[in-house]
Amino acid sequence: MESYSKRKRECPSSPESTQPSSFPDEVLERVLALLTSHKDRSSVSLVCKDWYNAERWSRTRVFIGNCYSVSPEILARRFPNIRCVILKGKPRFSDFNLVPHNWGADIHAWLVAFANNYPFLEELRLKRMAVNDESLEFLALNFPNFKVLSLLSCDGFSTDGLAAITTHCKNLTELDIHENGVEDRSGNWLSCFPESFTSLEVLNYANLSSEVNFDALERLVSRCKSLKVLKVNKSISLEQLQRLLVRAPQLVELGTGTFVQELTPRQCAELESAFNNCKNIHTLSGLWEATVLHLPALYPACSNLTFLNLSYAALQSGELAKLLAHCPRLQRLWVLDTVEDKGLEAVGSNCPLLEELRVFPADPFDEEIIHGVTEAGFLAVSFGCRRLHYVLYFCRQMTNAAVATIVQNCPDFTHFRLCIMNPGQPDYLTNEPMDEAFGAVVRTCTKLQRLSVSGLLTDLTFEYIGNYAKNLEVLSVAFAGSSDWGMQCVLGGCSKLRKLEIRDCPFGNLALLSGLEKYESMRSLWMSACKLTMSGCRRLAREMPRLNVEVMKEDGSDDGHADKVYVYRTVAGPRRDAPPSVLTL
Amino acid sequence: MENSGLNLKATELRLGLPGSESPERQSSDENKKKKKASTVVLSLKGLAGPGAKRGYSDAIDSKWVFSGNTSDGSINNNGGKCVSGSDSGLCCSVVKESGGAQSPKPAVVVQEKKSHTHNHGSAPSKAQVVGWPPIRSFRKNSMSSHSAKNDDDSEAKLGIECLYVKVSMDGAPYLRKVDLKTYGSYMELSSALEKMFSCFTIGQCGSHNVLSRDGLSESRLMDLLHGSEYVLTYEDKDGDWMLVGDVPWEMFTNSCKRLRIMKSSEAIGLAPRAMEKCRNRN
Repeated sequence: MESYSKRKRECPSSPESTQPSSFPDEVLERVLALLTSHKDRSSVSLVCKDWYNAERWSRTRVFIGNCYSVSPEILARRFPNIRCVILKGKPRFSDFNLVPHNWGADIHAWLVAFANNYPFLEELRLKRMAVNDESLEFLALNFPNFKVLSLLSCDGFSTDGLAAITTHCKNLTELDIHENGVEDRSGNWLSCFPESFTSLEVLNYANLSSEVNFDALERLVSRCKSLKVLKVNKSISLEQLQRLLVRAPQLVELGTGTFVQELTPRQCAELESAFNNCKNIHTLSGLWEATVLHLPALYPACSNLTFLNLSYAALQSGELAKLLAHCPRLQRLWVLDTVEDKGLEAVGSNCPLLEELRVFPADPFDEEIIHGVTEAGFLAVSFGCRRLHYVLYFCRQMTNAAVATIVQNCPDFTHFRLCIMNPGQPDYLTNEPMDEAFGAVVRTCTKLQRLSVSGLLTDLTFEYIGNYAKNLEVLSVAFAGSSDWGMQCVLGGCSKLRKLEIRDCPFGNLALLSGLEKYESMRSLWMSACKLTMSGCRRLAREMPRLNVEVMKEDGSDDGHADKVYVYRTVAGPRRDAPPSVLTL
Repeated sequence: MENSGLNLKATELRLGLPGSESPERQSSDENKKKKKASTVVLSLKGLAGPGAKRGYSDAIDSKWVFSGNTSDGSINNNGGKCVSGSDSGLCCSVVKESGGAQSPKPAVVVQEKKSHTHNHGSAPSKAQVVGWPPIRSFRKNSMSSHSAKNDDDSEAKLGIECLYVKVSMDGAPYLRKVDLKTYGSYMELSSALEKMFSCFTIGQCGSHNVLSRDGLSESRLMDLLHGSEYVLTYEDKDGDWMLVGDVPWEMFTNSCKRLRIMKSSEAIGLAPRAMEKCRNRN
């Protein structure tokens, strides 16, 4: 084992002397190396000093849920052999423009530390980090073994940075650019892969809009025989897609380009035949502009499909129904609400194995257009898909009774995210608050880990959550609650709570301070547009030195008012890279 | 049926004399309004008389914030533009009722959203909540061909691949959107619209009714469209309402901003009279 030859013994005691039945360290490390779950490894490291050391030497993958909870130096000191880092930065509400743009979470300091301590770093997966082109170039030049780059919801970089990666990373196996704020200057980053480069297994550039050089892409796909995942962007036409498929029938995940084009009958047949040869596809996405015209070409490839992402294709109910008839094994489905309730009825009829459903609104900001899905669609799915455990549902109306029936049909929900799009909207039939709906959810779904609530809600909802949601780890709340008591119930009752994000609720200092003891056992707390004041936040910061309490002020707001507050536990102390708009108390 | 909040009767198309509103329909709606402060989407929209303009109502006080009242307010906006004074009075009172019923929320007016203009008089700006609904920006941008951007006044989003315009039908509870680029001729457009709006014929209503459409209703709508009951009109770049079919198809797709299936009684002497009527409602 390399780690054995490189390591220095820091622990003075030899294993045999003190414990009659302990393993030599090398054996312990071998055993622990088999542990992959981060939670298991954390538990192991707490057993005793020997185990702590064995664990830290054998750990190669580290997950950091909040980049400010620990510093690169502390990380490097504890774990000498890291090959893979998963790092998350900004609070989730930054996805919805609630976090100032220059808030932080810059990857660069981490990369510098990694270059010093982990020159053989292979894998970097970043979520909501600030990444610029200079950092990407640094990454490309300083890690000769670098294999995997995944950027999700990051921002600050351009396609020039990607070009640096494709030019210099000779061993790259994965390039996954997903849902980022990228400045798309050109598609020439793809042409920077050398002709000798053949190791690519995963390429996802669906996020980008520029056209790449198609010949270069076609040659790349031809020579990368291990390519398993290919997700192209909108600029790839159907005809081009057909040519790519012919070269990569082994694909397991496919993201198409724009799925509409004037094709001759022969071209249509060729497309269908190409799909027919791709029998290993289990994930399908892209499908921009897909219509009834060309969807049938897909049908032959759908028999093994487990994940279908139609969230960019504004399908009508009939088109969806026809497509789903060919997808008997579907487990995960993402759609737009253009399919309406009728489309969801088709889901219920055709997808008995469905475990996850996400319904996104096609026109969330346009109040004139009030179609989409209602409680009827959700009900229909729940009757047909009893294995459903993950739902994200955007709708414009809901009833308590419907939700109660839904969770009776599907009691195994682990993730229940319901977004009634008009803030504070009651049950549209009874005009009552939606308290009973979420009460039913937490009472019935004992495995619930993640919950997003919406609609008109009083403190009663939060009483229910505190009393029943004993496995809840993540809670998102907006425009809800009546008083501090609501938040107190949650903080007092949900013992496994890790992340709490709240916006526009009448919770104030009393609620905030009731969680004093709790925040160290959580990853983070976000509260914006609530009733917090600076003095309340200062008190929290004073009493709990191992928490960072950050306040972001809005322009023109009252001096005493704490507009946006972000609280998180950390061993790294207050951060030094905060912009002026962010005060660390 | 009467007890359900759906108020399907209100969304029925009535083929009565132009401008008439059956009295019992209105009063039952009024009663429903008074019972429920939070109005049902369909019933309030059904209140709108034939040809009532949908849009952002200037009946709503500009200080009103985007809070729990919104659902009523936004629906009120559409219904608020009623023809008769009594109707608008009713709508205003509904807003106040619902204002009282719901718990006070912090004002969240952050951005003023420019109104979608129907270019018939000004509609007031509507408050938009930052970051709500919680849709990630990349998804918003990807779907920009499907929704007009917040600060975009035009109602037809011209994309490289598509041209979405809104289609409204007098008496239908909500609007639809079509991509004109997917049709090659007036025939194709008209049959697509028939399919889309056939669910609003008598006895059926969109997503709330599980009955499948039968051929009878579709052909009925075709009669309605091709016969004398309804005409298809569009708003062009200059803001004028024209009858569909007068110009070559290409010219039409280039200048069409919005479609409206109008009762032919409204369309008599189309250009000046219909427009004037619309202007008067603001």
